[in-house]
Amino acid sequence: MHGEGSIPLVLTLVLAPFFLGVINRTKAIVGGRTGQPLLQVYFDLFKLLGKGAVYSRTTTWVFRAGPIVGLAAVLLVATLVPFGPFRALVSFDGDLILLAYLLGLGRMSTVLAALDTGSPFEGMGASREVMFSALAEPALLLGLAALARATHVLSLTEMHRLLDASGWANEGLAISLVAVALVVVFLAENSRIPVDDPNTHLELTMVHEVMVLDHGGPDFAYILYGAALKLWILGSLVTGLVVPAGTTVAVVELGVALASMLGLAILVGLIESSMARLRMIRVPQLLVGAVALSSLALVLEFGGL
Amino acid sequence: MHWLLAALGIQIAGGLVALVAGRSARLATLAGAVSSVVGCGMGLAGLAAIYWGDSASTFHVAWNVPFGSLSLDVDPLSAFFSLPVLVLSPLAAIYASGYLVPFRDRKSLGGLWFSYNLLTAGMLTVTLARNGVLFLVAWEVMSLAAFFLITFDDERQEVRDAGRTFLIATHLSTAALLVMFVLLGNNSASLDFVDFAAGPGAAPASLVFLLAVLGFGTKAGLMPLGAWLPEAYPAAPSFVSAVMSGAMSKLGIYGLLRIVLVVSDIQPWWGWLLVALGAISAVLGILAALAQNDLKRLLAYSSIENLGIITMGVGLAVVGFATDSFTLATLGFAGALFHILNHAMIKGLLFLGAGAIAQSAGTRQLDLLGGLLKRMPWTGAAFVIGAVAIAGLPPLNAFASEFLMYSASLGSEGLLGPSPTSIVALAVIGSLALAGGLAAFCFAKAIGIALLGEPRTPQASDAREPAGLMILPLILLAAGCAAFALFSPLVVNKLMPVVAQLTHQSAEATAILAAGALGSLAWVAQMSCGLVVIIGGLAVARKLLLAGREVTTSGTWGCGYARPTPRIQYTASSFTQPAVEFFGVLVRSRRQLKAPTGLFPRWGSLSTANTDMSKDLIYRPMFDSIGLALSKLRWLQHGRIHLYILYVGCTILALVIWYASVELAPDNARRVEAISQTTPDL
Repeated sequence: MHGEGSIPLVLTLVLAPFFLGVINRTKAIVGGRTGQPLLQVYFDLFKLLGKGAVYSRTTTWVFRAGPIVGLAAVLLVATLVPFGPFRALVSFDGDLILLAYLLGLGRMSTVLAALDTGSPFEGMGASREVMFSALAEPALLLGLAALARATHVLSLTEMHRLLDASGWANEGLAISLVAVALVVVFLAENSRIPVDDPNTHLELTMVHEVMVLDHGGPDFAYILYGAALKLWILGSLVTGLVVPAGTTVAVVELGVALASMLGLAILVGLIESSMARLRMIRVPQLLVGAVALSSLALVLEFGGL
Repeated sequence: MHWLLAALGIQIAGGLVALVAGRSARLATLAGAVSSVVGCGMGLAGLAAIYWGDSASTFHVAWNVPFGSLSLDVDPLSAFFSLPVLVLSPLAAIYASGYLVPFRDRKSLGGLWFSYNLLTAGMLTVTLARNGVLFLVAWEVMSLAAFFLITFDDERQEVRDAGRTFLIATHLSTAALLVMFVLLGNNSASLDFVDFAAGPGAAPASLVFLLAVLGFGTKAGLMPLGAWLPEAYPAAPSFVSAVMSGAMSKLGIYGLLRIVLVVSDIQPWWGWLLVALGAISAVLGILAALAQNDLKRLLAYSSIENLGIITMGVGLAVVGFATDSFTLATLGFAGALFHILNHAMIKGLLFLGAGAIAQSAGTRQLDLLGGLLKRMPWTGAAFVIGAVAIAGLPPLNAFASEFLMYSASLGSEGLLGPSPTSIVALAVIGSLALAGGLAAFCFAKAIGIALLGEPRTPQASDAREPAGLMILPLILLAAGCAAFALFSPLVVNKLMPVVAQLTHQSAEATAILAAGALGSLAWVAQMSCGLVVIIGGLAVARKLLLAGREVTTSGTWGCGYARPTPRIQYTASSFTQPAVEFFGVLVRSRRQLKAPTGLFPRWGSLSTANTDMSKDLIYRPMFDSIGLALSKLRWLQHGRIHLYILYVGCTILALVIWYASVELAPDNARRVEAISQTTPDL
């Protein structure tokens, strides 16, 4: 454990809901609306934590465990990801594997909770979620493997440190391929357009939102907060890769990292304002495309021997 | 060693008592189960005695069978592979004493218990045997006992078919092994394993290795050799499936490792071949599992997947060993061995749980189950733990072993090292990642459709928790899964002597080579403990938040639909439809759709069937063409008895001539002499 490692963790815990707020505000502005307050997600969380709960009679302890395990998994992932000039709280060789599998655990708990309700809509969403993530996982792991091959280190913190301007100069093509693949993974894992539309109102077309229909009160607060954390974490993984940490001045680097996160939020908002989600049967193709990009990056790395 | 011999003796004696007492189901069960528990307990005591150095580890007695000797030895590798046998067999036996109750009135249980104890004794002997003949005899005893166990419920057609398929497959495997041992013993005086090691390397090592892959790979169930496995596991009684998948299939891996130890001159391409076979088995196995709607068939295919993962680990290690990359070899072997233990526990748990579910609800078809977690809380909870574990998710044990395998393939002698090894490592990473995501898909389906939601049929709705004897093994195995995850560095440390034996390194060198990965594994274990703590904390937080507030229950939100029935739930087929469609060519799922037609459609149907790829594409055409070719020899079979006698006469004459020529040839005279010296009774 490293003392400075608590800084990325605290930043994640505090700023993640704000990131979601920026996306929503961007979409509102592009759509010509005023939009909800930037801090709306915090208000929602606060409100939900203050409510009671209604559980379906069909459900078991699996349903009640779902939001808890989901949030716990994401909280642990938050300790693995570095931010700006700060190393992660926990870093060891192979922590990228743990990251991917913890995300898998969080997903499994949500999916099982959805199936526990016996609702056909939630079953549908669960089926799509596991299908998409089964393809997103190889894209993520192969992308990270390509970065490992490029930097010759196996922990996210070390990788982040070594991916500076000179790294880009040497391995720019491979890194940019991985970056595109990771953006696709980022959008798919967080159920954003073009994979899923968080604002859709029709249960038949939802993926993530439909799985959590039966959750309410503090359970839903856990889910909402977990989703915000996941969005921030995978986002910071992408920005940490694309925006190299070039300076030695910690404050500047932190500012650059925060600004790039803001940029990413605006980018997501712009994507969501400018395009519709893909048809369900096209999504696997997009994800396979991401796997192909990651693989191509690996091929480049092997070619560079 | 005496403890282990006594363990074998007790098992066989208990089996014989059960056989004699066959009429009385109670007595047979008592004799069989008690002797299994006592025998395996003594076996574990024997291993402990050898581990602490209190007992001799070898046993050697002459045997008046040509080339044979009763030669047993406990080295780390043997001790390791006898562990799943000695732990899983008694647990399954305890379970069986509850599971077999419904069969008491219509079946004689004597033969079943006799076969069961012979199976355990055979498996134990396979791990200990140090002579080719003894090994093959034990191997055959094990396989035949398994055959009789598989065909226990032989009133059903599919059980008889499965038994036949198993019998053919296992004998093809034995045939390959027989040739392999003959090649190994070609230049040595006996078929004792020590002589192979010492003898002048005569047989081409690669040929021996290929035969070992053929023979042992069939038993392990590697694709495309394991086409028997998805037939045999579901047909067998569930406690037998648990032992077969948890312990017996691992002996295929044991055989491969033993041959790798015995043979010198190991080539890198052996490892490439193993990685390729493993990757194919892992990905195609889990894809096939995904498409299954029969719970035990699904588990059978998942066994293929996991044996594939284990084989990839072994393959990586063999590549490492052959190219002097000892970190890769150490971590590959460590990952494979750890995964063997984990898979034995998890798959034992899952098969036992599936058996309890099938018996309670009267069916193994996922689409006829549902809502069982409420009706069978203990069995269901254990099954959920097992299923999450087998999907390779933290904080459970299979993640720890897969993490070791990732560490091996990512490390400086894997992905970060020079090619071609780095490309092999990349194949392992890609296959593990893809198989991992699909396994999560597959077991989300198994849990979600069978255990969660509303029961889809009245039988499922009437399902109840089975007898306590059947639940106890499930709980013990589930606890084992959790313990092995949280204490994974300790467990892996205990495996190091086996790894050191396989890599021919000293204990100190092995410890140094594994130190980095073990450090990471310690982090993983700590994070797993942290996960448990955070989960507890969040649960307490929710409890505090909800204290004093209104917590009510209601129906599931049907999106405005007021009269939901259990039939509107997602089914097993619909849940996996996206993947089955997407990976269509590899899954071979056939659908027959009769669409409703007309202006007022009344009737429509959709049925899906999943066929085994290797059976469809390899075995059926192969056996068909063999049958066609052999039918040309049908004129030999004409039913005239005097001509048959002529055949026999000609054969004997030919054998006499052949024997005389061998006897008289000057080159071979010495060899025959040598053989008759070592086996005086010949």
